[in-house]
Amino acid sequence: MLPLLKKPKIAFFSFTCCEGCQLMFLNCEKEFPVIVELVNIVNFREAIDEKSDDYDIAFVEGSISKKEEVKKLKKIRERAKTVVSFGACASTGGLNALKNRFPMEEVKRVVYGKNASEHKISDTLPVRPIDSIIKVDHYIHGCPVIKEDIISTLQSLILGKTPEVWNYPVCADCKMAGNICVFEKGMSCVGPVTRAGCKAICVTYGCVCWGCRGLVSDPNINAHRETLERYGLTRDSVLRNFDLYGSYRMHKNKKRL
Amino acid sequence: MHKSHSINIHEVTRIEGHGNIVINIRKGLIEELRLEIIESPRFFEAMLRGRRYDEAHHIMSRICGICAVSHTSASLKAIESAMGMEISGQSRLLRELAFCGETIQSHILHLYFLVLPDFFGFGSILPLIKQRPDIIRPGLDMKELANRITTIVGGRPVHPISLYPGGVVHIPQREELKNLRDSLKESFHLLEKTLKLFSAFPLPDFEKDREFISLKSAKGYAVYDGTPFSSKKDSIKEKTYAKKIKEYIVPHSTAKHAKTKAGTFMVGALSRLNNNFQRLRPRAGRVLGMLELKLPSSNPFANNWAQLVECFHLTEEAIGIIDRLLEMGPMPEKIAKPKGHGKGVGLVEAPRGTLCHEYTINKDGVVENANCIIPTAQNLRSIEEDLKDYVPKILGGGREKIRRGVESLVRAYDPCISCSTHLMDVRFV
Repeated sequence: MLPLLKKPKIAFFSFTCCEGCQLMFLNCEKEFPVIVELVNIVNFREAIDEKSDDYDIAFVEGSISKKEEVKKLKKIRERAKTVVSFGACASTGGLNALKNRFPMEEVKRVVYGKNASEHKISDTLPVRPIDSIIKVDHYIHGCPVIKEDIISTLQSLILGKTPEVWNYPVCADCKMAGNICVFEKGMSCVGPVTRAGCKAICVTYGCVCWGCRGLVSDPNINAHRETLERYGLTRDSVLRNFDLYGSYRMHKNKKRL
Repeated sequence: MHKSHSINIHEVTRIEGHGNIVINIRKGLIEELRLEIIESPRFFEAMLRGRRYDEAHHIMSRICGICAVSHTSASLKAIESAMGMEISGQSRLLRELAFCGETIQSHILHLYFLVLPDFFGFGSILPLIKQRPDIIRPGLDMKELANRITTIVGGRPVHPISLYPGGVVHIPQREELKNLRDSLKESFHLLEKTLKLFSAFPLPDFEKDREFISLKSAKGYAVYDGTPFSSKKDSIKEKTYAKKIKEYIVPHSTAKHAKTKAGTFMVGALSRLNNNFQRLRPRAGRVLGMLELKLPSSNPFANNWAQLVECFHLTEEAIGIIDRLLEMGPMPEKIAKPKGHGKGVGLVEAPRGTLCHEYTINKDGVVENANCIIPTAQNLRSIEEDLKDYVPKILGGGREKIRRGVESLVRAYDPCISCSTHLMDVRFV
């Protein structure tokens, strides 16, 4: 059982990312004054000057794409009692991992021209989620994360409970939201194998599930395949959907360094 | 006094993204001054390679969390331009409404969280929340309201869902829009309090001539739509915007710098205000008068005040847009379908300045070529040039004061460094 923490020290870190997940924390406008009473934010580059190496809980946003990020990440693990993987980039590699489809040399040349290797940015590695390097205690999924997950995770950690992570597919969320299944509308969706918790917001707002929360544990791949066949969808259209947020997983075993 | 100082600010706080400031002053003269952008590049061109036109906007939204609506929209405009898709009047209004939400949210976040602590000598907003909740509450409430606008249109405040090639795929309900309009009408007192708070702190006296670039439109204060305009050269053709902005690699930065033939230029709220102030809505116009800000202004610190004026304007604008949406429905409608392929350009005013996405889409609907000009990347040279002139003026204050002055100047630009690293002309074979 986790010990009850008295006003825990919280630190936010961001690696290769868009900082949208940290912004979602700052978007908890109603809860913010209460949160700062219950926790001590000791490190948060975007919002506070103060820095500290003494923290209990580290929220880590972003994937790892440089050697120096690996070093920093390992230090965070040494210092924190609890590490929370904050958002899709940290948890699964996220969209950043689309870059992994190509050899790094090609990627650099294409963006920075033929003098790419001379430029200081030249040490780019294939993108990785943080749990490929350190042990992670809890995950908050999504691109971006949702406010409710931030609040409930914080509540659980402050109370010494294990934060809950939903483990059923987005289809359940979609049904609860009363959405018409997008397969019926001729679209292709990875919801059947994606982790729910988002209330299927993308379908509610007119799109398909893009898969940003990662695969649910033990996904029902066979049922998904059957569904695709039933609607006459091609393998390519689905691979493309999986590729968006699943590129790290799909290209993990290829030598891309 | 001809002092020597070595100022090394590692990962400047209270800005979006990762950057260092290095300044070496020897005997009163600046030997070295660099704004080092160390943000890890994500190589969006490589991410876009081989992706379809109906995914590109989703990917490009993730360039930035704060200006996601701007990137999504610039991306959509480029796609729609390349593929001959004309969006409906209703879709245009919905996108403009989302812009109001994003820009107000971004400006309020910047003003309260990133700039305000400096006025009180605090390292963050946290002590102010505890000691002066009366002055912070209006900011939090306004920010929440702005996020509510973006959520009603796009589904959530970060990475909008319903903005899609050909239109907007989710229509807000009339009740939602009416309630939102009521809340917006009642929100001006929050902005008045913000005005009172910020106008109490005078701007540092620092003027430096430069070119101001932004979109401009005869129809109103240009944010979602407009033609690129330069204060020194009148209008710039949209199709050649990317060519006119000359980007160049700088060794100490993972983001490129940019200049035009005229030299250094600036984009952002101050540029927009300088170029468009005649089109401000009434309240915003009065606020401008109250601030006694003489336009055009070449004081980069005035960018903070320009953001404040824009908050008033965009709140009025949002109310007007909702009125028009309610007049026409809003009604569910089909979105435009692609009619062709080729090259397309999309220009918008992101909160921090003119944003350009340019794509080539092939006959299979796949993105072949992508080029983006990012607002903050366009400002990096201007920031460095300003620091080179500003630092000598504040040398007498001592190391700590110089450091704070430098940070204040950088923060006034409201740089978004995650965005600026970097996207360039790429040809995929």
